[in-house]
Amino acid sequence: MSAQPTATEPAAQDELLAHFDGLIASGATIEPRDWMPEGYRRMLIRQIAQHAHSEIIGMQPEGAWLTRAPSLHRKSVLIAKVQDEAGHGMYLYSAAETLGVDRAELLDALHQGRQRASATFNHPALTWADTGAIAWLTDGAAVVNQMPLCRTSYGPYARAMRRVCQEEAFHVRQGYDLMRALCEGSPEQKAMAQDAVNRWWLPAVALMFGPPDTAAGGADDRTAALGAAVSRRAITWGIKRHTNDELRQRFVDSCVPQAERLGLTLPDPAIRWNEERGHYDFTPVDWDVYRAALGEDTHWSRQRVAHRRGAHEDGAWVREASAAYAARFGADGSPSEADTEADVAAVEAARDGAGERV
Amino acid sequence: MTTSTDPAPPTEAVRADAHLAVHLLRLGDDALVLGQRLCQWITRAPTIEEDMALSNIALDLIGHARTLFTLSGHVDGTGRSEDEFAFTRSDREFTNTLLSELPGGDFAVTVSRQLAYTHYAVLYYEALAGCADVRLAAFGERAAREVAFHRMHADNWTLRLGLGTPESSRRMQRGLERIWPYTAELFDEDEVVDHLVEAGTVPSPAPLHSVWERRVSEVVTRAGLTVPTPRWQARGGRVGLHTEEFGPLIAEMQSVYRQFPGGRW
Amino acid sequence: MSRQREGAPASWEVFLRPRRGLAHQHVGSVRAADADTALLRARDLYTRRGDPLSLWVVRSDAVHAVSPDERDPFFTGARHKPYRYPEHFAPLTEKGPDGDHLD
Repeated sequence: MSAQPTATEPAAQDELLAHFDGLIASGATIEPRDWMPEGYRRMLIRQIAQHAHSEIIGMQPEGAWLTRAPSLHRKSVLIAKVQDEAGHGMYLYSAAETLGVDRAELLDALHQGRQRASATFNHPALTWADTGAIAWLTDGAAVVNQMPLCRTSYGPYARAMRRVCQEEAFHVRQGYDLMRALCEGSPEQKAMAQDAVNRWWLPAVALMFGPPDTAAGGADDRTAALGAAVSRRAITWGIKRHTNDELRQRFVDSCVPQAERLGLTLPDPAIRWNEERGHYDFTPVDWDVYRAALGEDTHWSRQRVAHRRGAHEDGAWVREASAAYAARFGADGSPSEADTEADVAAVEAARDGAGERV
Repeated sequence: MTTSTDPAPPTEAVRADAHLAVHLLRLGDDALVLGQRLCQWITRAPTIEEDMALSNIALDLIGHARTLFTLSGHVDGTGRSEDEFAFTRSDREFTNTLLSELPGGDFAVTVSRQLAYTHYAVLYYEALAGCADVRLAAFGERAAREVAFHRMHADNWTLRLGLGTPESSRRMQRGLERIWPYTAELFDEDEVVDHLVEAGTVPSPAPLHSVWERRVSEVVTRAGLTVPTPRWQARGGRVGLHTEEFGPLIAEMQSVYRQFPGGRW
Repeated sequence: MSRQREGAPASWEVFLRPRRGLAHQHVGSVRAADADTALLRARDLYTRRGDPLSLWVVRSDAVHAVSPDERDPFFTGARHKPYRYPEHFAPLTEKGPDGDHLD
């Protein structure tokens, strides 16, 4: 059900735009074949693709621990979680495709560095506790970020996000549960948990919400104005519902008491309850902090994409085989016995032709 | 007259239980080790869909291992947990077939192994579902349904790789050649199995071999491939004689567990 | 860069019957080269939780659609024909529409 952009007369444009704005204003969703401004389409494709890429790249740090999970229960949970991330990636690519792009294009863009995943995952998962910290903190941040997206204005994106959020809640809980087990375990286990939190806090708080976009959130005036403008556009279109800094605050507010219950210290000495604001204060994520968290041009930022590209290239012959099979037998059927004999002969001939010996 | 101080000779029942515990452990080891191998694919599969498919299968297999280990610890009277079996035994104490531990290879090797294993597992678990022991029967029934789906996945890929491109066909044939010498061990019977079969406790795997051969041959032939006829059969896993690549697999799996003695997870 | 691009050639729309008594509902799409594979993919992707009863896949390009923004005559709106709704008419009982159950 791909969108088909239609050429429209300028006069009709105004009318269409008014109709579109009306739908957004009334809180109705925009659906794939509806007319939409080009900027809206571009912003959505960019955001959904980045989100999808983050799910797929995000499988790697935790995926590296599947073979080492220290109990069979934890191993099962982690497989189920990493698998959900693959699923979320697919839900989201599928939502992006309704905007008239192809998943293959988006993945090529990721592999060639034209599009990126969240920089959060440009950090290594060094210990078992990292799988817990990632789930508790980065997935926790993702939920705060994504809850409002369940009501985002583009229908397929909102529907994908509702599915994602339902599943994401399990991720955060199991991450917290994993950390709790470590904190209640031996001193060495607890130290491992603290070390992981020390390394994953900043990526979660800085990178999962994007750069600062308000003066209160630590941006200088120019940045705040710029950030606000970008956010405002997304908010006007109903793609976003809150500023980055609002969501960041919400995340910190929910994390601090959880960390206290675990007996873990969040690595930010500025964290303290502010009675007046009714929120926790924390070190503002200004541009310096943000850039420090990015981890660009590091081993890991290269490695994540290289790993993904490696899988893609190693699998090319498999994808070619399924395409060739479907081309030969039709997408609807498997070969009947009668077909097979002819095809066996064909493949054998092809093999002989290629000078290959089995 | 027997007094209570006489050392009790092992009763028939105790011996039978020991045999059953060993048998369950073997089945569990196959499932765990194959699941571990499949985990190595995740994030490296040819498509994201395949990451999903292989992780689904791995998840089911780990689930089978957990049930079988727990049952084994129950039956042998030690009450050992699933994790004690998985994380505290040395590689020499694992009793999986060599088939399940063979290292990676390309996707065609994985499909070949999946084809061999799933056709076997469907047959054996279906037979297990008919056991008098309700625990075995319940496990057999559930596991048979799950591996039947894994078998569809394997059949589906065998056809597509076999009849896809010349390259995929060549790779798939090579995968089958690589795997086939390791398939016979799945159907082996030794003293342990003989005792259990005689007592009617578990089904005999050996007679399933010919059914297995017929079924996999049908798929392989339909895929335009040739059923290998290896002149040798690899054996040893069932008695703890593994490949050299197996040590690192177990070491990796147990590394975190062993790094934190007495840790709770 | 890639010989065979990621994402199989065809897209399939997936419909799931979540439980008995309900119609199949559209849940999303999968990529697969053929129908059998699309079903396997759909099962993996959309039935990881719960016990769904039945799955359909339909090739995305086999779906024919019309929509309001093409401003075709399909959707001129049917609200202006109130006589299609029961509320347009006098209730059957004295209790009014609330007591108006025929079953």
